[in-house]
Amino acid sequence: MEMLRSFAIILMTSVLVNNYVLSKFLGICPFLGVSKKLNQAAGMGAAVIFVMLMSTAATWPIQYYLLDPNGLGYMRTIVFILVIAALVQLVEIILKKYLPALHASLGIYLPLITTNCAVLGVTINNINDGYNFLEAMVNSLGVGLGFLLAMVLFAGVRSRLEEANPPKSFRGLPITLVSASIVALSFFGFAGLVDGLFA
Amino acid sequence: MGKLQNFLKGIIKENPVLVLVLGTCPTLAITTSVMNALGMGVAATAVLLCSNMAVSALRKVIPDQVRIPCYIVLIAGFVTMVEMIMHAFVPDLYEALGIFLSLIVVNCIILGRAEMYASKNTVIDSALDALGMGVGFTLALFIMASIREIIGAGSWCGIAIPFLADVKISILTLAPGGFFVFGCLIALVNKLTGNKSSKKEMGCAGCPSAALCGKKESSECNKKETEGGEQ
Repeated sequence: MEMLRSFAIILMTSVLVNNYVLSKFLGICPFLGVSKKLNQAAGMGAAVIFVMLMSTAATWPIQYYLLDPNGLGYMRTIVFILVIAALVQLVEIILKKYLPALHASLGIYLPLITTNCAVLGVTINNINDGYNFLEAMVNSLGVGLGFLLAMVLFAGVRSRLEEANPPKSFRGLPITLVSASIVALSFFGFAGLVDGLFA
Repeated sequence: MGKLQNFLKGIIKENPVLVLVLGTCPTLAITTSVMNALGMGVAATAVLLCSNMAVSALRKVIPDQVRIPCYIVLIAGFVTMVEMIMHAFVPDLYEALGIFLSLIVVNCIILGRAEMYASKNTVIDSALDALGMGVGFTLALFIMASIREIIGAGSWCGIAIPFLADVKISILTLAPGGFFVFGCLIALVNKLTGNKSSKKEMGCAGCPSAALCGKKESSECNKKETEGGEQ
């Protein structure tokens, strides 16, 4: 029971309170780049959840069973980015061969995710925060869900933005950033949620 | 003359943050104070300079098919060095920058310059290009951090400003303020450059790392870059 409670706290925190995109500024490139259409945003979000879970499952054991016992903790950045890059390539090849339907919907987003800082960020944060393996997996799931939520919400905002008529200098990226600022403001409403729910 | 222009283009005409819109994550995240922004700028410049020179020196050795993984390993190596140096000599700054120091590895600017410039040019040209881009990055971070710190925290470089400290608008140092200030700055740059770049879209086509995401995006991306270079 105690374990489930801590999982629930981690999940709520990473999805709503510490949303990676809107309050920690990780993964801004895909957030601004691929959030134009709702189905693309959802596809990207799903692919990010998938890759985050896979990379956490791969990097957490590497850190604790390979790097730490050999005193190689400082190699973390190099090893993690390589593992993530290799993993993404591998997953893409496997999906293409055995699950072409899934590859058709997620495949185009996979290579983009290699250089997504949210993925490297979540694997490093899992180690820095001292989570155990299950907590790390729950945290990655939460961060991924939070990313999906932010993408889908913002895709909705942007579809309305298409019809708006901002001043000339603000057209395109600037007005997108200003509306992202308002979406980020709305996530402030979740501050204190975890304390309130699980006090 | 050519060498000087090579250095200067990164500062204004092709400013990586405000014109090319690369490396948005650290730009938004660590510009809450001027000192953090300068620290991040210097760290990223050091990595950019080392990686550009190494990539350029090895450009005839690295096989074309595996160049991206090679660049990533080189960059990650330099990032680790910078991280260790900062941990040893400026521990406060190291703590303040936190995870964003490791995340220099996936900063679009660095991989982008390696792929777009250093892999095709000599070591000296690449070093100048890296310095220009690094100074441009630092300058953009500095401007943005100054705005956010002066208005949001009523201080500058940690020195309190007498009147403003009483009426600070602290939302600017929080997440929404980051997006807002960045949006306004890009709008200002658009205005100053006569809306030339207003059609430019953020994302895949605008990001040099798009070289990783398939031929279509990468060719669009290359085209955009050469057009920019010929102006």
